[in-house]
Amino acid sequence: MNSLKGIIYNCRQATFLIEKKQVRKLTFRESVELRIHLTGCSVCRVFQKQSVMINRMVKNLIHDSQKKDRKLDDAFKRDLQDKIEGELNKNR
Amino acid sequence: MLIDKNKSVTGSEPVDPLQWVKRYADYLYTYAVTRINDEEQARDLVQETFLAALEKVKTFEGRSSEGTWLTAILKNKIIDVYRKKSSGLSNKSGVSEAEQDQKNFFDPDDGHWNEDFRPKELGAEEDLLVNAEFSMILQKCMDKLPALWSAVFTLKHMDEEVTENICETLKITPSNFWVIMHRAKLNLRACLQKNWI
Repeated sequence: MNSLKGIIYNCRQATFLIEKKQVRKLTFRESVELRIHLTGCSVCRVFQKQSVMINRMVKNLIHDSQKKDRKLDDAFKRDLQDKIEGELNKNR
Repeated sequence: MLIDKNKSVTGSEPVDPLQWVKRYADYLYTYAVTRINDEEQARDLVQETFLAALEKVKTFEGRSSEGTWLTAILKNKIIDVYRKKSSGLSNKSGVSEAEQDQKNFFDPDDGHWNEDFRPKELGAEEDLLVNAEFSMILQKCMDKLPALWSAVFTLKHMDEEVTENICETLKITPSNFWVIMHRAKLNLRACLQKNWI
């Protein structure tokens, strides 16, 4: 009972479980504890919403920037091409 | 010689290093820059990737496409960068500073949010997700994380790497992994709130 009481009032522990939940399944006990905490704690509900959003944004960030297709400058590419040709000729 | 090499490749798709720059350089550069956020280093990594691939060309068995194979080589190089950064001395000060920040988040006795640091609504989620300025702040907040945290967080969320692999690569224990994921998120979220509202 003591440890249950611990989580019900402990936002640090609740936010830890919120993070864990997004990566792997919580144990039955953990998931009950978190649910009880969130029922009574609106601040941690806001945290959870934002935590999920941040994860989605990080994924978007990667997709967006890969869509943008950044370019290397031509001089660098020419240099790179020369290096590759040089290496290939070494083996000839 | 080059043609002989191509013949030794068993896959359906021949390897043609002369086309690499044209076909893959920009893609690999983008891939690297989004993960390490350092243009100079990203350029170097692209070059290293091609040179490493040239040495391994004979062992390429065509099980994956040429592009996938080159990306895998680059990815390993990026992980090496994470590893070096996160084991460096400078990292330690970064971690203790970031941990110091978090001491203020919760009451040390009962674990309650301290009033000044309580999460507040940032706005409609759907709007924030597509807001360019908000993305930029997120990127900056990610750059501020200690190197080890940022490596763990990036590997998990950007590359959806398996937890066990991350622990092994960065030499951390599973319980350390969870602590880092938690702390990274606490700091990221607080940084967003501080710079947005």
